[in-house]
Amino acid sequence: MNPFKERKNILDAIGKITRLTFSTDEKAADVMKTCPGCGEKYGTGELAAAKYVCPSCGQYISMTAYERVSQIADEGSFREFNKARTGYDPIDFPGYEKKIQKMRKDTGLKEAVVTGSCTIGGEKAVLCVMDKRFMMASMGTAVGEKVFLAFEYAVKKKLPIVIFTASGGARMQEGIMALMQMARTSAAAARHDEAGLLYIAVMTDPTTGGVTASFASLADITIAEKGALIGFAGQRVIEQTIGEELPEGFQRADFQLEKGFVDMVAGRPELKDTIARILFIHGRRRH
Amino acid sequence: MSDEKDIRKAAAEIAFGEDLHAEEQEAKGAGASVRSGRKTAAQDAVEKVMKARSKERPVVTEYIDNIIEDAMYLAGDRCFAEDESVAGGIGLFRGLPVTFIGHRKGRDLEENIRCRFGMPNPEGYRKAIRLMKQAEKFGRPVIAFVDTPGAYPGKEAEERGQGQAIAECIKTMSRLCVPVVTVFTGEGGSGGALAFASGDRLIMLENSIFSILSPEGFASILWHDGSRWQEAAKVMKLTARDIKDLGVCDEIIPEPEPEEMHEKRFFDTVADTIWRNLGPLLSKDEGELVRDRYLKLRKTGSKYGRN
Repeated sequence: MNPFKERKNILDAIGKITRLTFSTDEKAADVMKTCPGCGEKYGTGELAAAKYVCPSCGQYISMTAYERVSQIADEGSFREFNKARTGYDPIDFPGYEKKIQKMRKDTGLKEAVVTGSCTIGGEKAVLCVMDKRFMMASMGTAVGEKVFLAFEYAVKKKLPIVIFTASGGARMQEGIMALMQMARTSAAAARHDEAGLLYIAVMTDPTTGGVTASFASLADITIAEKGALIGFAGQRVIEQTIGEELPEGFQRADFQLEKGFVDMVAGRPELKDTIARILFIHGRRRH
Repeated sequence: MSDEKDIRKAAAEIAFGEDLHAEEQEAKGAGASVRSGRKTAAQDAVEKVMKARSKERPVVTEYIDNIIEDAMYLAGDRCFAEDESVAGGIGLFRGLPVTFIGHRKGRDLEENIRCRFGMPNPEGYRKAIRLMKQAEKFGRPVIAFVDTPGAYPGKEAEERGQGQAIAECIKTMSRLCVPVVTVFTGEGGSGGALAFASGDRLIMLENSIFSILSPEGFASILWHDGSRWQEAAKVMKLTARDIKDLGVCDEIIPEPEPEEMHEKRFFDTVADTIWRNLGPLLSKDEGELVRDRYLKLRKTGSKYGRN
């Protein structure tokens, strides 16, 4: 990439984070969020300080990718990769271009994942965060490409990678090309693994379908965010198949812990420390 | 949901708008033939879905028994159970020791039910992983056959990590140090099919399909109505031709009449095609094989078409 453009991207990214971390009251007033649990309204600054856990009822309030980045990455350390990278419309799906344009306008994102490098508790790492506001963070060619490139960067720089997964699965509108992203990202994760590097997956609500059945399930250490829905098949489909209702808590974080598919369930406030500790231990191993 | 409305509108356009459009063009007296050509392609996709699922077609085990000499079936994932919906084992392919894996749909209703119509549980994928690693250990190429609507969406499958099993299967196949050739013989739906299709070469029979999800599932997700699968099939680009045009399929095997598909001559054609694709892979060393496979995947679905 052109170094000036890259510098500009970096500055943009830093600017974005800084704005989010220290949003003034005036800015925060623009983006009030309502707690889905108790209906209480909060400004972004207030919520960031509370780590996006509702101060009055304890409900987790959904975060944008950049909000998550600002919670996890050390202040000002995040350098975004491929910010302008977009996918394409491989099967000429009717109405898809228009829908993507609308998504971009609504979210301010080009695609459903934000990738970059940063430090977490002082440890260098590649960080990817999926944003479910963008078409349920479904994986199409752009998401696949960005995750793939993030793994490749981590291999090249011998860095650990931390991925916050959230996805409705492969993006239907991109057909078979979206499905093939499962193979691409899995192969990239495998190569990172073979290079002896650490991969931490943090499964957030919801991590399902083709993302669960590819890179999200291939980490060395898997953390489930408290309460997250994690699974392959959708609950409606399963209920139709077996002809009965699923029990409460099915496919939730605690269920996955009980079944042995995640290493731990972590609450949102402890996530950063947990990740930093894992990175620290791996950074101190004998080579 | 506004998205839903958009998609419904788009679907309605596909369903009804095309005819209107064709009439319009006929009125103009130009381009009508192009339009009807396109319409045939859409209709063709629906027919291909039906053909791919036809009970008249040979099942995967028929291909295995006719192509692999002394095919010996092996069972179990060594963790939980044997899953009959994945057939796997060892044998000789034109004198060459190989490992084979494939989806088993079953030949009669009883077998269909035991195999859940070719929809594996996690055990099936774990068995495939075990057999692939074994193939690697003994330097045997892997021949994979795909014929599945998708992975089984059951409660127990979820409890035993369906997503994790598929992910591991894809990962294992994509990094295997022996050649992997995949043949699509019927339907290939979702991650359940991809689990056996991330190897070196992807061959499809003329009337086989490969799709992100079954057309019913696709219609159900986008339009909340699985019965609109025909509309879905028309837009999904799932025929062998489409998949080849998108650069995912390497070669298409033409099919004879349905009844001739059970004849030795047809199985020989399939075997010839596999042999021809396997040949160049056998001369590569391990590093080259894995690197080339990675580079192929690296390009897939990147609009920049690097390399």
